[in-house]
Amino acid sequence: MKVLVGVKRVLDPQVKARVKADKSGIDLTNAKMTMNPFDENAVEEAIRLREAGTVEEVVALSIGAAKSEETLRNALALGADRAILVLTEDVLEPLAIAKVFKAIVEKESPDLVLVGKQAIDDDCNQTGQMLSALLGWPQATFASKLELADGTAQVTREVDSGLETINVNMPAVVSVDLRLNEPRYASLPNVMKAKRKPLEKMDLADLGLDTANRMTTIEVMEPPARAAGVIVESVAELVEKLRNEAKVI
Amino acid sequence: MSILVIAEHDNASLVGATLNTVTAAQQIGGDIDLLIAGNGCAAAAQAAAQVAGVNRVLLADDASLEGQLAENVANLVVSLAGNYTHVLTAATTFGKNFMPRAAALLDMSQISEISEVISADTFVRPVYAGNAMAKVQSSDSIKLITVRTTKFDAAAETGGSAAVEAVAVAADSGLSRFVGLAASESERVELTSASIVISGGRGMQNGENFHMLDSIADKLGAAVGASRAAVDAGFVPNDYQVGQTGKVIAPDLYIAVGISGAIQHLAGMKDSKTIVAINKDSEAPIFQVADYGLVADLFEAVPELDKAL
Ligand SMILES: Cc1cc2nc3c(=O)[nH]c(=O)nc-3n(C[C@H](O)[C@H](O)[C@H](O)COP(=O)(O)OP(=O)(O)OC[C@H]3O[C@@H](n4cnc5c(N)ncnc54)[C@H](O)[C@@H]3O)c2cc1C
Ligand SMILES: Cc1cc2nc3c(=O)[nH]c(=O)nc-3n(C[C@H](O)[C@H](O)[C@H](O)COP(=O)(O)OP(=O)(O)OC[C@H]3O[C@@H](n4cnc5c(N)ncnc54)[C@H](O)[C@@H]3O)c2cc1C
Repeated sequence: MKVLVGVKRVLDPQVKARVKADKSGIDLTNAKMTMNPFDENAVEEAIRLREAGTVEEVVALSIGAAKSEETLRNALALGADRAILVLTEDVLEPLAIAKVFKAIVEKESPDLVLVGKQAIDDDCNQTGQMLSALLGWPQATFASKLELADGTAQVTREVDSGLETINVNMPAVVSVDLRLNEPRYASLPNVMKAKRKPLEKMDLADLGLDTANRMTTIEVMEPPARAAGVIVESVAELVEKLRNEAKVI
Repeated sequence: MSILVIAEHDNASLVGATLNTVTAAQQIGGDIDLLIAGNGCAAAAQAAAQVAGVNRVLLADDASLEGQLAENVANLVVSLAGNYTHVLTAATTFGKNFMPRAAALLDMSQISEISEVISADTFVRPVYAGNAMAKVQSSDSIKLITVRTTKFDAAAETGGSAAVEAVAVAADSGLSRFVGLAASESERVELTSASIVISGGRGMQNGENFHMLDSIADKLGAAVGASRAAVDAGFVPNDYQVGQTGKVIAPDLYIAVGISGAIQHLAGMKDSKTIVAINKDSEAPIFQVADYGLVADLFEAVPELDKAL
């Protein structure tokens, strides 16, 4: 079995995003970038499936600027066998990203595609669902448990009311949640080895897809700031303020 | 303009988030139809018909919609979408599951989690865990939108008298099967609709200690929430989680106990009207968003608060 894993380069989750003064977007100059945390879970799951003997090959895919190679090398250091980088300087919408994934799926014929449930920069939460729609495959989103057997996948999903279980035919697209597993760290020898693992690059233009954006970002603004609060000295003062000042209890 | 709102329901009644979504639809303007899709959901359709401002209720009641699997719901939405300029649903795990699928089948983008309607084609949506707000304009002929429900008031549950019409349902996709739902059982109000929420973090140390919060919640008619660290540690179930990857809530009062206030947690609660933080570390970032901060050991402050209420 072969698994294709989506790996997106994003702003480090520990770093607070800063809006550019001209309101055109987020200032990413010299910002610390990293693999989307949900994608770390996706890579981890793929590697565990290979270690368990269920999967033979793990291929990592990223779509983005040349720097995304770093993120793919990280996936290779964690244990992916090879990587594909589709180069573009444009910021693509999830529909376009899903079309690129579909083109790669048609070349690679994986049995399973694993993506993060959302990318922490744009928080779209769309790519996996869109890809499965374009492929005519089933989808299993927000997975916190994945079991493969007899050509199907049994998936536990984190939903608002608790945990839902569904069973989907393979091939399938699964979008993963953070509690699926605990991602490992790359060891230094593996980081060195990753430099020699195969990484194929192609230009987005060569895929001949319609990836035009359907949305224009008019401006990016700071969220409204909260007024400064006060430190209360005691529980009694807190209760008094909640009753008489905020009037919420 | 004509708008289709995909309702979330439990067969008997509407989930509150649907009412907020109706309000977002009203702000766009035009006729609003509500779709109830499920298996044995006629009662929910009757409830939907009472909602103020609804033109028609479309009822898709079919065995293939049991468990509301994304594949079947998306196919149904695609079959109806051509009659509308906008298709809306709440940005809950239900809406986030099928809507992007329907959008891709229609070759349309999805506009995720709008927090404001500027015009029929322009919306504001939070990005980067709410650290920035992007104003985006869509050129798609049908706008498929998920709605951040905390940013819109609930439409009135009664006052309407819409007609209920049955719609045809496509065959089961056969791609996936609903196995079951393990819902957390709680007597308390639901986290996303509670007007008061008390949440615990890693500082609570274990699940047993959450009973201290339960006791306060019972007195205040509040819901209990948690940080990711508390859920990951197994203190409480996943549906308690507030934040970028959990639930986004905006109650009148949010009390954070033993929670540091990471960006990802703030993303889920910083629109609350009044925020209280109880934390023993005066440097904890939660105090930057708190209206009332109490620097104290929670194991002393929480029992004292319980007594004072
Ligand atoms: C300020 C600003 C505003 C924007 N506004 C919008 C907007 O309103 N609408 C819009 O559609 N886009 C917008 N974009 C583009 C956006 O940044 C994303 O590139 C794009 O929308 C993909 O969305 P996502 O990563 O949030 O997808 P998600 O669906 O959240 O991503 C889920 C998963 O898909 C996979 N994946 C996604 N992208 C890639 C990739 N490039 N390579 C490999 N795997 C990937 C990963 O596994 C990821 O975990 C905006 C960008 C900026 C900077
Ligand atoms: C991609 C991504 C998504 C995430 N999504 C979410 C999310 O949705 N929701 C979320 O909450 N987090 C999320 N996180 C995790 C987040 O970054 C933090 O790790 C998490 O919120 C920390 O939880 P905490 O505040 O309970 O724990 P900690 O940060 O460990 O804080 C515990 C706090 O308790 C205080 N404390 C300890 N003992 C006591 C005591 N006796 N009395 C009083 N105070 C005490 C400490 O001073 C400390 O401030 C996400 C992270 C990532 C990378």
